[in-house]
Amino acid sequence: MDSYLTRNFDRPDAKTLAGYEKLGGFRTARKALGMKPEDVVAQVKAANLRGRGGAGFPAGVKWGFLPDNGKPRYLVVNADEGEPGTFKDRQLMERDPYQLLEGILITCHAIKAKVAYIYVRGELVHAARFLEECIEEMRFKHYLGKRCMGMPMELDVFVHRGAGAYICGEETALLNSLEGKRGEPRLKPPFPAVEGAFADPTIVNNVESIANIPHILEHGGEWFAKLGVEGDGGTRIFGVSGHVRKPGLYERPVGYNLRTLLFEDCGGIRGGNQLKAVIPGGSSTPVLLPSEIDIPLSIEGLQGAGSMVGSAAIIVMDETVCTVRAMWRLSRFYHHESCGQCTPCRDGCGWIEKIMERIEFGKGVPEDLETLEKTAHGLSGTTICPLADACAMPTLGFLGKFRKEFEEHIEKKECPYGNAFVPPWEVD
Amino acid sequence: MSWKPTPQTEDKLTKLLGAYPDRKAACIPALFLAQDELGWVPDDAIAWVSEKLGMAKSMVEGVATFYTMFNMEKIGKHHLELCTNISCSLCGAEQVLEALEKELGIKAGETTPDGLFTLHEVECLATCGMGPAMQVHDRIFEGITLEKVPEIIKELKGEG
Repeated sequence: MDSYLTRNFDRPDAKTLAGYEKLGGFRTARKALGMKPEDVVAQVKAANLRGRGGAGFPAGVKWGFLPDNGKPRYLVVNADEGEPGTFKDRQLMERDPYQLLEGILITCHAIKAKVAYIYVRGELVHAARFLEECIEEMRFKHYLGKRCMGMPMELDVFVHRGAGAYICGEETALLNSLEGKRGEPRLKPPFPAVEGAFADPTIVNNVESIANIPHILEHGGEWFAKLGVEGDGGTRIFGVSGHVRKPGLYERPVGYNLRTLLFEDCGGIRGGNQLKAVIPGGSSTPVLLPSEIDIPLSIEGLQGAGSMVGSAAIIVMDETVCTVRAMWRLSRFYHHESCGQCTPCRDGCGWIEKIMERIEFGKGVPEDLETLEKTAHGLSGTTICPLADACAMPTLGFLGKFRKEFEEHIEKKECPYGNAFVPPWEVD
Repeated sequence: MSWKPTPQTEDKLTKLLGAYPDRKAACIPALFLAQDELGWVPDDAIAWVSEKLGMAKSMVEGVATFYTMFNMEKIGKHHLELCTNISCSLCGAEQVLEALEKELGIKAGETTPDGLFTLHEVECLATCGMGPAMQVHDRIFEGITLEKVPEIIKELKGEG
């Protein structure tokens, strides 16, 4: 069984509680709710489930950080999907919402939380509305409430919508946003497990991480661990966008080969064009050259290639792409999304955008490349949260691997690609 | 305060408060409720949220201005939000933006003189495999081509 998370994606019947149950849904929750919470945690630890949001922290280990101090505990599901290139969580919520909700039920039993929030990105109006309807149905059927599924467990789940700030995907910014504040990341420590939502112990996990939980409990942690590679279990939903023939979501075991994914599963590059560059894990991760893609898609595999698996969002660029323009686009994004708390990020992301813009539009000077490098290094590791690093990493990646193209823009005082990307209708 | 929310909006807010141990947490949902009614967030809406949640007006305004989805100025009836981030741009979003600007006779960030359309470039809409993508309130258009641009505008106009 290579895919389980997306198995119901093309089954409209899975979108009702009754339909989902007919397909075997909530059977595992019934079993897990009868287990001791620590036994559930042990299975998740054994599964080597690494967080699917981007940072890749082992989920079971995170759960173990909760202090036993008698305070209320919260589960917060991070559904603030915003990393450019990433589009898996929206689909997980819209196409199989009860899988996520079953995962929430089991997780809250394991971590002894009585309230869970799903923080849904503001733009994902349908996902948020649909989840609210599903939650209402679960309350009505007493799957949620004072005695969930007839077991001695109390739980309610609420959807909380964001309002268009990428930074709220960072867990402490998300918690501030949940509390009705500006989405500004908090200094750590204290970590959310100790002092999270409303100053109480809180676990923040990504949608895909939680959607994995029922399957881990159904088949066992060992089964899950074996699906992937050492220390990094299960499958991942790879979102492939850009210049492949068949973009889309592909659920594959952790450790799957990147070249195979792009050239076999995704049908290769559009129009028979040559591959130029691949961003392997969402826009924040350093870019790879075609010679670097014969690697396993795992946390370690990408580390070995000097990049990151991140949110498993793979952005593919063919030979027609101006990499300076691509980086300019990305720098605009990070500048726009910087929350403004830390000077290196607030100013640095802006400088990077300005320099990228002038290089792309033929106004760059030779010293710009050194300034870009210096600024990017000045951003790295100097701020409260990793947004600054997320801008620095692709900057240094593109500049390091496509330096000639940057120099060409400066020498010729224009973009050799005519300041445009080639749209699909001009290729096929 | 010249604007008063409808009783339905008041009810919705009361119901929302039950979800949180601290009423201030309802700030974002409350601002959404006001914006759903008014189309934007004027001072009256800030005042209403501040009064209901026991927050200083400056705090509420600080929240409202932090998040891009809150319109701090009046916008057109149809709010076109086209993603021009990397995946969509690689697939033609820049050309679609030009076509939209031409079709509507405005630049991104502007509103048509008849008040029907406001056009904005936005960041990733989490539908990267199906780009270029554009959100119009709670609708999403995917795989937009140059031919589809006038069709989409015509369809939205038809809805009044």
